[in-house]
Amino acid sequence: MKIHEYQGKELFRKYNVPVPNGILIHDKSEAVQAAGEIGTPVVVVKAQIHAGGRGKGGGVKLAKSPQEAEKYAGDILGMTLVTHQTGPEGRHVKKVLIEEGMEIVKELYISLLIDRETSRVMIMASEAGGMEIEEVAADEPEKIISEIVDPIIGVKPYLARKIAFALNLSGEPLKKAIPFIINLYECFVKEDLSMLEINPLVITGDDRILALDAKIDIDDNALGRHKDTQEFRDLEEEDPNEIEASKYNLNYIQLDGNIGCMVNGAGLAMATMDIIKHSGGEPANFLDVGGGANEEQIENAFRILVSDDKVKAIFINIFGGILRCDILAAGVVAAAKNLGLKIPVVVRMEGTNMEEGHKILKDSGLNFLIGNGMKDGAKKAVQAIQ
Amino acid sequence: MSILVDEKTRLLVQGITGREGQFHAEQCRKYGTQVVAGVTPGKGGQTVMEDIPVFNTVKQAVAKTKANATMIFVPPAFAADAILEAADAGVELIICISEGIPVYDMVEVYRYLQDSDSRLIGPNCPGIISPGKCKIGIMPAHIHKKGNVGIISRSGTLTYEAVGQLTALGIGQSTCVGIGGDPIIGTRYIDTLKLFQKDRATKAICLIGEIGGTAEDEAAYFIKKHITKPVVGFIAGQTAPPGRRMGHAGAIISGGQGTAEGKMKVMKKCGIKVVKSPADLGKTIARCL
Repeated sequence: MKIHEYQGKELFRKYNVPVPNGILIHDKSEAVQAAGEIGTPVVVVKAQIHAGGRGKGGGVKLAKSPQEAEKYAGDILGMTLVTHQTGPEGRHVKKVLIEEGMEIVKELYISLLIDRETSRVMIMASEAGGMEIEEVAADEPEKIISEIVDPIIGVKPYLARKIAFALNLSGEPLKKAIPFIINLYECFVKEDLSMLEINPLVITGDDRILALDAKIDIDDNALGRHKDTQEFRDLEEEDPNEIEASKYNLNYIQLDGNIGCMVNGAGLAMATMDIIKHSGGEPANFLDVGGGANEEQIENAFRILVSDDKVKAIFINIFGGILRCDILAAGVVAAAKNLGLKIPVVVRMEGTNMEEGHKILKDSGLNFLIGNGMKDGAKKAVQAIQ
Repeated sequence: MSILVDEKTRLLVQGITGREGQFHAEQCRKYGTQVVAGVTPGKGGQTVMEDIPVFNTVKQAVAKTKANATMIFVPPAFAADAILEAADAGVELIICISEGIPVYDMVEVYRYLQDSDSRLIGPNCPGIISPGKCKIGIMPAHIHKKGNVGIISRSGTLTYEAVGQLTALGIGQSTCVGIGGDPIIGTRYIDTLKLFQKDRATKAICLIGEIGGTAEDEAAYFIKKHITKPVVGFIAGQTAPPGRRMGHAGAIISGGQGTAEGKMKVMKKCGIKVVKSPADLGKTIARCL
């Protein structure tokens, strides 16, 4: 689960990871007071959305007076911010963070993530802060430092020192960087984060080290044991269909095509999207109904699929294991009747109770197209909309 | 022959008193797997499925029944602990079906297992089957057929798809291993490939991967160097958008890494017969035999 920058900074404060003073506002009328309370000659006005690249899109401004802060807050709040991570439709900005301005002498980069190769936490750092790290990795890989943490000991001072020296820090900033890195690791592990990125991490003119940004992903699988961070979920940043699907334990991701897909299992669901594309069509979504779907889930899955106006045909591809084909067929028939379905539906079913499933479809009196294997099913779905 | 599991495997089931655990324990036994014990803390002393004794701890179950493999069906919040308990009790083969284990729990489990002799398959996997001998997991048994193709896969139903195609062509399988869809898994492609290379019954290998991570690339380089048997590969998610988690916790393209296109290219370069369409898996394997 992604969270906002201001929420990430809240987490950092909890672990004594220093961040700039800041106040979150929802309306431009709060800006003058917020800027006054912060009290620095310059304040930064930052749009809060779940996407990077905000500065380039006009979502981050430096204000030299509280009045200017109010003006910028007014411009940013309500704007549709388009960045390279939001897609062309952009994101509506509803919250703005007003933060202290400061003299920056050095911009660094640090991130923590789960390294799949070693199955351990990896810390990545670089002196090339403020830039896209993917670009640094591609152009100047020697500028990236990476360290793997042994979970038995965690981040000990020697490891933090190693990173801080590699970043060419010295004096006061070096001293402060060591607890900074140790505390950041504590935050990552104790809060069950799956990704944490600070870009830039800054050294200020008065020798402070501060997390100027906070990009955080919390491990969805661990949210159950973090009642406080569950509150960070911002439904307005999510696709309404995806929220609806998550209520029924369905795994749904909206795409741009016109063939709706309903599949059991993540791998087969991806493969189904692929075969639609190979057959000359475009999948409208990824939808995994899971291993043990029941009739109610199938019906809700259907409802979500057809609520997307772009969907002109539906391809159901099920390899029955735990999920029996007769249960699936009954759910599909009920949904098609209840929803008064008008678009063609292609069903490909194989596995447990396949014959019973096909009989239910046939006896329903509805006009289902039957796919004989996944290739044939995909072909029929593509033909149905031509 | 086959790998990892056969008619001699003695299975215990952690979480056997739960609905899912019991259902699948019954299915495994029906297939011919020797199910010898169950473990549910606090329910020791009971008997389930007529004659399967339930123990409070894995240690007790192993001492009394000589179980050498375990199938884990406990809720994800407790699954890492269940794996650790099995490893601590010296169970050789740990198969964890549970999906949704917090990833940091798996960081600790993986580290612990590096100093242990136990092998973990999964988590978030369908399990293992050596057709005609032993099934440990949730796969539909009837689609399988005894034979000489070894299958390794990160996905459940997509493996069934490949098995279904093979069986329809009259081609059987030596062992099918679902290694799991999570970012951290106990047994990777390479570990399984080594076993298939050694197994005399396995004549060809089918490797089913998906987007996310670099495990398939590493497997491909390993195959080029060490595997003499023909390998057919498929990568799911050729049309998946970057930055989105496609159902499996591990299936995500991040920072341009882990795309299907990239993996397929490396696999091809390493001599693997890569199929673009999952519908071609069966017939491509058939041509290798």
